[in-house]
Amino acid sequence: MSEAIAPGTLILDDRAIQRALVRIAHEIAERNENGAEVVLVGIPVGGDHLAARLAKTLAGIWNQPVPVGILDVTMHRDDLDHRMAPTVHPTDIPFNVTGKIVVLVDDVLFSGRTTRAAMDAINDFGRPKKIQLAVLVDRGHRDLPIKADFVGKNVPTALDEKISLRLTEAGAPRDEVWLAKKPASKETQP
Amino acid sequence: MSWNRKHLLDIESLTAEELTLILDTARTFKDVGRRAIKKVPALRGKTVVNLFVEPSTRTRISFELAAQRLSADIVNFSAEASSFKKGETLKDTALNLQALNADFIIIRHSASGAPQFLSRVLDAHVINAGDGAHEHPTQALLDAFTIREKKGRIAGLNVTILGDILYSRVARSDIWALTKLGANVTLCGPSTLVPKTFERMGCRVTHDVDEAIRDADIINLLRIQHERQRKTMFPSIGEYTQLFGLNKERLAKTKPDALIMHPGPINRGVEIDSEIADCGRSVILEQVTNGLAVRMAVLFLVNGGGNVAPEAAGNG
Repeated sequence: MSEAIAPGTLILDDRAIQRALVRIAHEIAERNENGAEVVLVGIPVGGDHLAARLAKTLAGIWNQPVPVGILDVTMHRDDLDHRMAPTVHPTDIPFNVTGKIVVLVDDVLFSGRTTRAAMDAINDFGRPKKIQLAVLVDRGHRDLPIKADFVGKNVPTALDEKISLRLTEAGAPRDEVWLAKKPASKETQP
Repeated sequence: MSWNRKHLLDIESLTAEELTLILDTARTFKDVGRRAIKKVPALRGKTVVNLFVEPSTRTRISFELAAQRLSADIVNFSAEASSFKKGETLKDTALNLQALNADFIIIRHSASGAPQFLSRVLDAHVINAGDGAHEHPTQALLDAFTIREKKGRIAGLNVTILGDILYSRVARSDIWALTKLGANVTLCGPSTLVPKTFERMGCRVTHDVDEAIRDADIINLLRIQHERQRKTMFPSIGEYTQLFGLNKERLAKTKPDALIMHPGPINRGVEIDSEIADCGRSVILEQVTNGLAVRMAVLFLVNGGGNVAPEAAGNG
């Protein structure tokens, strides 16, 4: 998540991230009247921490705990033949998703391929009543017909730009979202 | 770090980081085995050939299930029912399999170096499932995985490998893997089967079994491989059992939390007493479970090997 080059433009600071998550939590509560049906599933890396934060806010709104899971979509990706094997992360869905409203939580919505993989993956755990999508940043450039239900901020981007989310849970000094040019050469990436 | 090898041929050439990456990846794949749907689509449409020129049951079945749980198609090929009987060479057999668009060849062969040879003549991914007395990489990986899962670490642990070391590919792969990951490895057995030359691999050799197991955190027993011995290396099986077999009396002198491991198949009453094989300190069956996860991880990682570097993750 850290670049050796200039960090680029700050898109969201810690207070903006906090406000966006609180708003998304209220929108989730507004859309889904029965909180008992809702479970949050975060996609690592990034979405898992955001899902935990949303669950905390939602628990305050609904006065009941909201289950949170982690779903690694690596094994369901459609580009496994075109790249080196990606890092796999643990999946932990400690509840039955069948009949539930599953809110997928991701940090950045871009091509939509991660979301597609996540919808495939979640079906291996059961048949949700509904699947909704919450993202902190929608940067456009979709390859698939996928749209987020809850968006923290829409950020117009160029294809050669990169969004990076830094969260205190992942060791960052403060919560921030940055927009930067991609490094020219892959080798310059840490 | 990323995995960028097209084949898994041995442990000797891997770095500690690569070994750790396989073990970390295997942890996630182990969870897949506990789901209601024990299958992920990572290798959908791929063809895996189990080319077992030397017989094996557990390794073959483990690779077979691993491939199936990754949604690959798998063909089993055994020496008894094949053209080897008609005089076809290994290279021709492998090229024929490749001509059928096999993406992975998993090879078990009695000749050391057979997987390396295939990796030079084939475009397919080659995975070594045991070659002669050279290496058995996935066995070492599942051993390391089991130790790390049970003990929380590998570095600093005392691992004693007891039995037929000379003819054992498992011992060689275990020694490479465990010493690279920081364990203190001790080898023990009859002097004819455990020559001092193994000390060059970075481990300790002793012929005193009580001393070898006294401070061990892990006792890994190996089978006496009658089929690989060209001449008798010790007077009798009975004498081996008496001098080197793990029995209750010997076990009583070990650390109370020392784990008993065995790659199988076990010879009850020879290298291990029947009741010890079934006791709470034995993790022999967990090794089998972990072998499946490790082999899924290897197939998954090797599949991406040789491709270009991944795009920066997280933006999808």
